[in-house]
Amino acid sequence: MPETLGTREVKPPLLGVSGVEVRYGAIQALRGVSLSVGQGDVVALIGANGAGKTSTLRAVSGMLKPTAGTVQLAGQDITGQPAHTLVGKGMAHAPEGRGIFPNLTVLENLELGAYLRSDKAGIAQDLERMYGFFPVLRERQAQLAGTLSGGEQQMLAISRALMSRPKLLLLDEPSLGLAPQVTQTIFRILREVNAQGVSILLVEQNAHLALGLAHWAYVLETGAIVMEGTGQALLASDDVRKAYLGE
Amino acid sequence: MAGLLQHLINGLAEGTIYALVALGYTMVYGVLKLINFAHGDVMMVGAYVGYAAAFVLGDGALGSLWGAVLVFLVSILFCGLLGWLVERFAYRPLREKPRLTALITAIGISFTLSYGFQLKVQPEIAGKKVTLLPGADPRTFPEIITPAEWVTLHVPAPAPAPDEVDPAAPHDAADDFVEIIIWNWQVISFVIALALMGGLQVLVFRTKFGRAMRAVSHDHRVAALLGIPVDRVIALTFMLGSALAACAGILYAIKDTLIQPMLGVQLGLKAFVAAVIGGIGNVQGAVLGAVALALCEELVVGYASSSWRDAVAFGFLIVVLLLRPQGLLGRVQAEKV
Repeated sequence: MPETLGTREVKPPLLGVSGVEVRYGAIQALRGVSLSVGQGDVVALIGANGAGKTSTLRAVSGMLKPTAGTVQLAGQDITGQPAHTLVGKGMAHAPEGRGIFPNLTVLENLELGAYLRSDKAGIAQDLERMYGFFPVLRERQAQLAGTLSGGEQQMLAISRALMSRPKLLLLDEPSLGLAPQVTQTIFRILREVNAQGVSILLVEQNAHLALGLAHWAYVLETGAIVMEGTGQALLASDDVRKAYLGE
Repeated sequence: MAGLLQHLINGLAEGTIYALVALGYTMVYGVLKLINFAHGDVMMVGAYVGYAAAFVLGDGALGSLWGAVLVFLVSILFCGLLGWLVERFAYRPLREKPRLTALITAIGISFTLSYGFQLKVQPEIAGKKVTLLPGADPRTFPEIITPAEWVTLHVPAPAPAPDEVDPAAPHDAADDFVEIIIWNWQVISFVIALALMGGLQVLVFRTKFGRAMRAVSHDHRVAALLGIPVDRVIALTFMLGSALAACAGILYAIKDTLIQPMLGVQLGLKAFVAAVIGGIGNVQGAVLGAVALALCEELVVGYASSSWRDAVAFGFLIVVLLLRPQGLLGRVQAEKV
């Protein structure tokens, strides 16, 4: 059993991951990961490179089929369901490396985020919302996404994921390779998005940032969860400080 | 002057047919990164289905608009279905396998179709001989468009050399001009090809499906994360490419009047070359490459020798690949970190 620090506020469950295992050929990437995200939660997943953070997100969003365990979204079993069927159930995943389409314009990228929606007015409204979050995207809407800077691409990736109006947003390393100021902007917007009711499961190498935002966090080590707790409690923990905060 | 004009007309007519086939190669490469070597043979099947449809309709339907439309429609539907079958049962099971596996499968399907159509299959059904496959001999394609001159251009003829002129003979005004005939079927096939290309352009760049197609082409895993049904997009892309190939097959048959089972191998290879010249995966590139290749071939045939035609076509390919490995309109993709 992982060590637990602090007490968790009880919220209705949105995502439940239970005993999930994932293999890449002979290598076992996840060895029975269990975690949960409550409605309105920001949950962070921290850990070293290769601990299995990205694999966990992929197993949740259907990019990888778990070899064991279950994934539940809003009480419905979604284990092993193909990724494209989960968007309609309220999940959006901004993947590792941002995954924007460089040969499409910024606007086309955003419109693809709303691929399954047909409410034109709602889509236009959400587009405005994204431009409100990140005004630079409006300026660059007709530009090819490949011409954006790294930070702008991350903004686009998050906005595109939000265009599906998800209940749960999965984010993989949104701060990777970005200047501190850009990262600040992005995390400020994530807080705002969460305040508007979107739950977030966040994978971050920058444990400081992640724990500062998260209501609850898990520490992943070699494919298993070794510790969990409130963001504040983990930030205060000596073990976490030594291992992940470089102190 | 007159010769050049005639060659340009011929080259354009040939080029638009190459283009329709090249588009299929380039679209399938775009979404699957697969050279679908069976694509040319789908075009050949399109010509044969058109032949069969015209045959069933009978003489009464020849030369009538609805007859021609029906021939096209039957062929489009049949080839669309064929494309779907090939994708669903030959390529999809291999999608996660090494790329070479699918490539070899594509060559296998190409052989199956081109040699399969050399069989003569004429079972007796209810005491009547029914031809299902007509065999290897070339067939004359029915005239679904009754040939007529659309315009006849009178272009000034080059002046004959002085020693060839017989001063005693009366001057014949007809010798001053060369007639260049543009046939109705040339115009019709040019217009059909242009309309199809224009339609495809709109589909790819102006519609939701086109956006999804371009997204799948860049990264099908990310496309799936946005809710795009990747399998369906790929299947539809195959069907679309095959439908264009069906039209190309019929247009080719109208132009050349003879069809035979190896037709797809020859024309398919040229169209593939055209797609690579233009930049494989690029829709406008395929059209540009096809027209450039056809004009180049036609000029070689006109001013050098027809035996150099293929050598020049492939020489053109080599030169383009040496100078611009990504093709004329292909883009080198630089990933930003």
